[in-house]
Amino acid sequence: MSPRLVPAEDDPIGRRRAAPLRITVDGEPLTGVAGQTIAGVLLAAGRRAWRRGPSGAPRGVFCGIGVCFDCVVTVNGERDVRACRRRARDGDVVATQSREAGR
Amino acid sequence: MSADARRHVVVVGAGPAGLAAASAALRAGARVTLLDAAERPGGQYHRTPPEEFAAAHPERLHRGWRTFDRVRRHVLTHPRCAWWPESAVWALERPDPGEERPPRVHVVRGPADGAGRRRHVLDPDALVLAPGAHDRVLPFPGWDLPGVYTAGAAQALAKGERLVVGDQVVIAGSGPFLLPVAESLLEAGSRVVEVLEANPAGTVLRGWGRRPWELASYTGKLAELAEYAALLARHRVPYRCGRAVVEARGDGRVEEVVTARLRPDWSVVPGSERTVPVDAVCVSHGFTPQLELPVAAGCALRRPDPASPAEAFVEVDGDQRTTSPGVYAAGEITGIAGAPAARTEGLIAGWAAGGGAPDAPELVPLRRRRDRDRAFAERLAAAHPVGAAWHGWLRPDTVVCRCEGTAYGALRRAAGEPAGSSARAVKLTTRAGLGPCQARVCGPTVARLLAAGGTPEAAAAEGLPSATPHHRPLAQPVRLGELARRPHTEQEREH
Repeated sequence: MSPRLVPAEDDPIGRRRAAPLRITVDGEPLTGVAGQTIAGVLLAAGRRAWRRGPSGAPRGVFCGIGVCFDCVVTVNGERDVRACRRRARDGDVVATQSREAGR
Repeated sequence: MSADARRHVVVVGAGPAGLAAASAALRAGARVTLLDAAERPGGQYHRTPPEEFAAAHPERLHRGWRTFDRVRRHVLTHPRCAWWPESAVWALERPDPGEERPPRVHVVRGPADGAGRRRHVLDPDALVLAPGAHDRVLPFPGWDLPGVYTAGAAQALAKGERLVVGDQVVIAGSGPFLLPVAESLLEAGSRVVEVLEANPAGTVLRGWGRRPWELASYTGKLAELAEYAALLARHRVPYRCGRAVVEARGDGRVEEVVTARLRPDWSVVPGSERTVPVDAVCVSHGFTPQLELPVAAGCALRRPDPASPAEAFVEVDGDQRTTSPGVYAAGEITGIAGAPAARTEGLIAGWAAGGGAPDAPELVPLRRRRDRDRAFAERLAAAHPVGAAWHGWLRPDTVVCRCEGTAYGALRRAAGEPAGSSARAVKLTTRAGLGPCQARVCGPTVARLLAAGGTPEAAAAEGLPSATPHHRPLAQPVRLGELARRPHTEQEREH
């Protein structure tokens, strides 16, 4: 199984709204819910990794609070945006990025 | 007196400590600017779901919600308080030597890491630093596989956006924080396979149980522990002491972990390994305080454990005053003691920063509570130490620096070079700690590895200031275009 959103109907906090939003990641459309971070949209869509480290190893979310920079992506042309900190907006164009070995 | 003639207190961080500090400074009569990188106050401890979810009962995921909600309302609705969400402090500019005032605060405001953020410069009469802490995770083979999360990440995703990281989860590391993480995952319907505390039961019990006559003052904490124990029992989740995740394996993502029994020094007991299928692992070996702002402000640090010189906290006096003029510190940066302790420190710091009377009667019980909470912090540290032999589970190809991909073997080789065994030389040779995270994740680990190898702190001999892993001239990433823009100063403040 992958990371997943707690279903709204089972959620003890009583979520009363779930406005859908759409972003694209490397051109592929993904659907999320307003309020999710870009990392949240990616994880809930079953994507656990979207970047490669200098050795080519896959990277996704690690610290989840903006400390480790593992999850950085390009958002609407801005590079190095921490996906765990940036709230997804409807229509965001996200591109994955990798740090090449031996820059 | 016009509002602007009042004392201006800037509070950095709106977690339990920062919110309490803002509230106390307001009570003392000051004007307050409260900033946080997040969109909503609460910090990591009171991370709340986004407004877009329209949650009817956010309190159901929180301990101490009523106090939090009361303080939050007091601060956010107060006419003398400016609340600045999505605000990153990227530099503190110290005054000229001899000038007795706090540093100038450089801020960018706007969506995280966005290019269009606005620059602001604040010149406060007093500065309260309450930036908090993040998980410390010791590396192990496979710890960089997707699906391995810090315990804090699992907690932030569950509380902050109702996302669970997996459905077959092992939680491992050391310290009481593993328990609320298990709670969050269970509450969200995940299966927690087991919770592993690396320290043997003997160490944990001796730490918690020392000076047992003082335990009576920790009834709240003991009651919370009992709740966790009952919850784990109800869900049949084993809590094992003296066991750790020593390896994660999988093809492109974590599929199984290897756990092993540990001796008190965290060396692996041979033959005790077990393989456990998982789809996620959550790890935390304690916390690292976010020290870049206090270091930038010139605050002296204290190092409670001579054996691990990289472990440092901000030195404060009885009023939470740091050694830097006009700068106060509260919360985890003064010692890892949890949210209630952070709140108490925040109240004391905010009152003093706001110019409140030092002999106010309300301070007496607060100071007493703060001292008790500090004793609790020592108890925590004694119950959940990092064992000296932990690096026995590393292999030469285990990645230590996730950003640069520096492996354990390369670090050891560099540390063994007679010409270059100082922290600074090792960093420059191996690039460990030079990546985007600026050594926030691997810095304490590298320091520990060098200390374990008997490497002296040779920085002084090089004629350079000690290469503290917390020295970051840019406290947060900021874009050149943003720097080029003229900042908004206080005089032209728009309300």
